[in-house]
Amino acid sequence: MSKIKSGATAAIAETINTDFEVRSLDTHCVNASQKEVPLWHNLKYMLMGIFFGVILIKSEVISWFRIQEMFRLESFHMYGVIGTAVVVGIISILLIKKLKIKTIRGEEIEFQDKRFTKGQVIGGLIFGVGWAITGACPGPLLAQLGSGVGVIAVTILSAVAGTWVYGKFREKLPN
Amino acid sequence: MLEILRHPWHWSTAGVLIGLIVPLLLILGNKNFGISANLRHICAACFPANIDFFKYDWRKEVWNLFFAVGIIIGGFLAATYLHDPEQVKVAPTLVADLAQNGIDDFSNQVPTQLFNWYNLLTIKGLIFIVLGGFLVGFGTRYAGGCTSGHAISGLANLQMPSLVATICFMVGGFISANWIVPFLLKL
Repeated sequence: MSKIKSGATAAIAETINTDFEVRSLDTHCVNASQKEVPLWHNLKYMLMGIFFGVILIKSEVISWFRIQEMFRLESFHMYGVIGTAVVVGIISILLIKKLKIKTIRGEEIEFQDKRFTKGQVIGGLIFGVGWAITGACPGPLLAQLGSGVGVIAVTILSAVAGTWVYGKFREKLPN
Repeated sequence: MLEILRHPWHWSTAGVLIGLIVPLLLILGNKNFGISANLRHICAACFPANIDFFKYDWRKEVWNLFFAVGIIIGGFLAATYLHDPEQVKVAPTLVADLAQNGIDDFSNQVPTQLFNWYNLLTIKGLIFIVLGGFLVGFGTRYAGGCTSGHAISGLANLQMPSLVATICFMVGGFISANWIVPFLLKL
């Protein structure tokens, strides 16, 4: 009886584990809070999004021209933005770890290590090519749409399609 | 004050503010700064098609969709209330190259001579608007993140895989902007 029971637990653990792996490849939901929260609590993230959207527009990160300049080495602007953001991010995370800062709801802040995959190289190159063509990565695409360039909705839908096709053929791609 | 906000912001201001989003999202609820995963959540919510990759509870990730909607609203607010009437400043060498391909309108940060509804009926427009988006969606998911997820969030946490991904983004973009885009603009 106990044997069967432990076997069943192992099987459950295995399924959970697989799911964990699949998801941990690219989303960080694995350390998401387990507590149920009302939907409106997510409005704080919408406010963060608004903050991010305004920055993207006003710092011209959404500019197709700025992206071309970056890759053609004609301007330092984008390198400055990304470089500064990374430095601020590194210092912030160091402080969070050092001072053991908790979330506003008192939960521990966890970090997940990323694993190497071939996708980071192949997918990275493919995204890079697309990034220079559209002149925008996913965040700026959303801000461009909000700024009133309606046709970008097509680009975003096409990006959803690209993600879907990746999901469909994921098993057949080198990983 | 409003006058200062209207002018394009310096890269250091933008960099510091974007960098601060990383700890803010962590402190607000253990969330990792990333946007491209939303494309996956939309697939999972709307067209899962029994594909394993889309079989998960996207509702648990709904914060990310709120964040995405916020970016659209932020884009609208900035473009409406903090609009800078001046032309977008572009490097002279780029201006010269673009002029040869009929792009000379710098009133918008997005070259609307390239990205507009009518162009959807042309090969050039289809490549810039549709194929470009497809490559962004396919590539980011394959790489497991985009500029925010890997280049900012991942590097901030000193993740080597994110450094590899970021270098590949840059290499791909470098090849594309210097050789592919100039060719496409001539179409």
